[in-house]
Amino acid sequence: MTAADASALPLPGRDGFAGAFYEACRSGELRFQRCSACGAWRHVPRALCAACGSPAFTWTPSSGRGRVFTYTIVTRAMHPGFAARVPYAPAVIELEEGVRILSEVVDCPVEELRIDLPVVVVFQEVAEGVTLPKFRRAVPAGAGREAGG
Amino acid sequence: MRGGACIVGVGETAYTRDVARAPTALGLQLEASLAALEDAGLARADVDAILPFPNLVSAEELAANLGCPELRFATTHHVGGAAPVASLGTAALAVSAGAADCVLLPAGWAGYSGRRTRQIVAQDVASIPGGAIARDYYLPHGLTAPLQWYALLARRHMHEFGTRPEQLGAVALAMRRHAQRNPRAVMHGRPLSMEDYLASPMLSDPYRLLDCCLETDGGAAVVVTSAERARDLRRPPVAVLGAACGQPDPADEITGRADLFRTGLSSAAPRAFAAAGVRPADADFAQIYDCFTFELLQQLEECGFCKRGEGGAFVEGGRIELGGELPVNTHGGLLSEAHVLGMSHVVEAVRQLRGEAGERQVAGAELGVVTGWGDFGDGSIAILGRSA
Ligand SMILES: [Zn+2]
Repeated sequence: MTAADASALPLPGRDGFAGAFYEACRSGELRFQRCSACGAWRHVPRALCAACGSPAFTWTPSSGRGRVFTYTIVTRAMHPGFAARVPYAPAVIELEEGVRILSEVVDCPVEELRIDLPVVVVFQEVAEGVTLPKFRRAVPAGAGREAGG
Repeated sequence: MRGGACIVGVGETAYTRDVARAPTALGLQLEASLAALEDAGLARADVDAILPFPNLVSAEELAANLGCPELRFATTHHVGGAAPVASLGTAALAVSAGAADCVLLPAGWAGYSGRRTRQIVAQDVASIPGGAIARDYYLPHGLTAPLQWYALLARRHMHEFGTRPEQLGAVALAMRRHAQRNPRAVMHGRPLSMEDYLASPMLSDPYRLLDCCLETDGGAAVVVTSAERARDLRRPPVAVLGAACGQPDPADEITGRADLFRTGLSSAAPRAFAAAGVRPADADFAQIYDCFTFELLQQLEECGFCKRGEGGAFVEGGRIELGGELPVNTHGGLLSEAHVLGMSHVVEAVRQLRGEAGERQVAGAELGVVTGWGDFGDGSIAILGRSA
């Protein structure tokens, strides 16, 4: 492995379910699998619905709204690709639809992060053709309509 | 299962962080295996089953080196650090069912002088629990190491139950205190205060450096045979009274779990205690897989030593230290003795039940619990007892 490879950001797969998930992100949409038989939402993507066993699903748009479920503040990177980014905070976001996704709250200083913080999805192109869903703080209720991601 | 199989031999290498020595996993496991066979008074040729740790050394390689003429049974539980204790349960089943007579359980690696865990996980998708799931959904956001994904659990536990940093520190201090009574421990001679703990650098908040287990080189092994054959051997046998292994739901993903704290041990522990016909309160000590401080605390809860959410209080005030209600990791554990992939916890349990633990002996120890934890929360547990 060359030094350049070692410090490169890890990127998601580009085919299969991951390809479909990130293709939606590229076009500015957060879509999750939703079971065509029982209506259950799921993430991470899978071949079968764990609730009812059906293989039928649609990639259904999420509201993109959720809350921080838990997070960690990384102050020493364990992967060289993130060394320049510390401190950063991988966070588990629980969406309104009930699914949870590992992401990150951007434009929020790590010391202001807290569990239950309302957030909304945004999209970040991190490499040529690769867009990740991230989150930013949502405007508090009563402060006006949020434009969304 | 109660008492049908026994641990009759234990062996260890020295535990070191000596890069110049640069041992191999195979060399360490063979050295520990020979020591365990010698301890049992068994010959290399007696071994007819080997249950190796995942992804390090194959049963075939071990059998060929040891000169085992007939390998009848070999299998590996792919549950990370939960593998040794899961394999102990399987060894007991194999012996009880007549599928094997003499089962060798080796573990060991160059966890310091070889490639470090954090490098393996960060750069090799094939070695990460969840495989492509981690590659596609965790790593791109910078969640690249066990320290970080377990920190997510610790943070949520603190939020739900008010668990405090000083309570994680109490775990680190207890392990370090025990290591002061264990000359084999890498941290022997290096006591730790709460001030030291709280001053250690934050790596992945709420996890500090001193919440993390050691990275060390070393091997450990145990030998299992039938209770009947054990009677004729050199050492007092230690009976496997109950054992179980379990996985969380879903087994291959950590963030979407309906109940973040329901891990493999949550279902395995009640099954193991029921098989043994005992309760958690009956245990004289516990050796709990302590990859990080919170994981030890959480396993105490899921084993039933205390209720969920009460682990923080349970580990305070010396209650998990020698002389306390439930001495935990009397050898110092992964946090202060060495990282031997969970097998050293089994070895220590056997020494305690034989009354061979010297300065750290739990007086009158007759019943002990050993756990393993791996990957995204796979769990294993064995209930061990002095065999009459
Ligand atoms: Zn369904």
